[in-house]
Amino acid sequence: MRSEVGDPPPEREPALIVEHLTKRFGDRVAFDDVSFEVGYGEVFGFLGPNGAGKTTTVRTLGTLLAPTSGSATVAGIPLSAANGPAIRARISIMPESPGLYLRLTVSENLRCFAGLYELDDIPGRLERALRAVNLLDRANDPCGSLSKGLRQRVALARAVLNDPAVLFLDEPTSGLDPVAAHDVHELIVSLRERGVTIFLTTHRLDEAERLCHRVAILNTTMRLVGRPDELRERLFNQALEVRVKGSLEQPDAVFDDLPGVNGWVASPSGGYELAVSDPDVAAPAVARALVGAGADILSLAESRHSLEDVYLQLIDEDVEVKRR
Amino acid sequence: MSFSWTRVRAILVKELNDYRRNRFVMVFTMTLLPLIFIAAPTLQLLTAPAAASSSKLDARIGISLLYLLLIPAIVPSTVSAYSVIGEREQGTLEPILITPIRSEEFLIGKALAVVIPTLVVAYTIFGVFLAIAALFAHPGIKSAVFAGSHIPIQVVFTPLLAGWSIWVGIAISARSSDVRAAQQLSVLANLPPVAIVALMGFKVITPSIGLAVGLAAVLLALDALGWRAVAAMFDRERLIAGVRS
Repeated sequence: MRSEVGDPPPEREPALIVEHLTKRFGDRVAFDDVSFEVGYGEVFGFLGPNGAGKTTTVRTLGTLLAPTSGSATVAGIPLSAANGPAIRARISIMPESPGLYLRLTVSENLRCFAGLYELDDIPGRLERALRAVNLLDRANDPCGSLSKGLRQRVALARAVLNDPAVLFLDEPTSGLDPVAAHDVHELIVSLRERGVTIFLTTHRLDEAERLCHRVAILNTTMRLVGRPDELRERLFNQALEVRVKGSLEQPDAVFDDLPGVNGWVASPSGGYELAVSDPDVAAPAVARALVGAGADILSLAESRHSLEDVYLQLIDEDVEVKRR
Repeated sequence: MSFSWTRVRAILVKELNDYRRNRFVMVFTMTLLPLIFIAAPTLQLLTAPAAASSSKLDARIGISLLYLLLIPAIVPSTVSAYSVIGEREQGTLEPILITPIRSEEFLIGKALAVVIPTLVVAYTIFGVFLAIAALFAHPGIKSAVFAGSHIPIQVVFTPLLAGWSIWVGIAISARSSDVRAAQQLSVLANLPPVAIVALMGFKVITPSIGLAVGLAAVLLALDALGWRAVAAMFDRERLIAGVRS
């Protein structure tokens, strides 16, 4: 199974290289020994429960916080306090809260940030950014008069003003209603299509699955990194789900010794779940065996674990380890 | 990346636009408060006995003008005390600090945004005071106001006091975790110049050119050091995360 996002662009040097990065606040560990790479043009999802260290990771890579140990390269520049202004000039971070000046207009907010990035052609950039988020007609409205969803769009326009080499989006749909969240997703999709490197932190798994080329799951330490389909394969066996009318009298006789079938269990929904090594080989054999046994097949499909299943499996494992 | 006046200007323009639309700052801090401070000196000016000796008249006018120096000492304190902690509380500090701006640029932008309106208000109020003196005061009092060192002292001390007040306010704001506490502490920190004015009023300290030059030198040194000192106290990590690692 492939991710619906498709392949990331061909590799050149990574936009982000993170090696054994750790951040502690006194005795409290925010994140520990985190390593990963993000390629240019890639949309990288950073998942984890509340308090997992996602926002602290973003702030550390954005030079707002100094790492306790480890190293990183952000947009080709080694992470250090001295390189802070140079790194911040090449990246952009959209924090969870839009942080707009509510008494100022949309345009005044953006103009301020254009000045902070020392951008040229400010009117042109403002127009392009506002057009990208469909807010050109609200340019002169005070931000305080905008809905939460529209404010989030302004924050996104602000984040793309400087054409960042890496765009960090920290929970961009947090607290938004489904329509506003959908709008933000569409904007992220359009940025992805333009080849913008995006580092997306979220705990919305559907969001990550829909938008990201690869995802990482963080729970203070890095648990997994990969494509959503790779993570599913790594954590779960491939399986077929079979539903028949009634139930089989001798399921062992039907499923045992079939090519590609490694075992079976009765599923709680009344059907059967078959562990298979290759669904393409096993499925026709299973269908023939069921027909041969006189069963009426209602459905025969490859079992698809969602990213949510992967996530919950990992978080459950962490809870179990802590309990021990 | 070197110091950028473009980034300073971006902060300055943003701040001035924000004040312009902030009714509390415009009505109370920049209008009512200065009007309160001009009331007493104007009353003293208009009720001063014209027959008094020139030394007594000079002292009375000097004390009246010292009241006006409370404008640059007090007016900017609440606004500057809000400058950093206020941004943090309204969630706008993190987006600003994510940009390439340096702490020194941010602080200069903030300070200029307070000092410019403060000087405009303080000098305007002083101009109003001089106009009242010119139009309505007794000729003897009028000549005492316009003669001597009163006007140069006012012109020199207004920015110096404003600078002190602003750097103290921003320093408290950068280290505070609550807006109201920052504003109260900032007003308290501005008590020394107010105390000096009061001591002069009660003639515990006799105003003199020597004292004025000494005070001006001290304030100038404090203002010059203020920027660097406050920049050194500006801890991005503590401001963003609320704790220090």
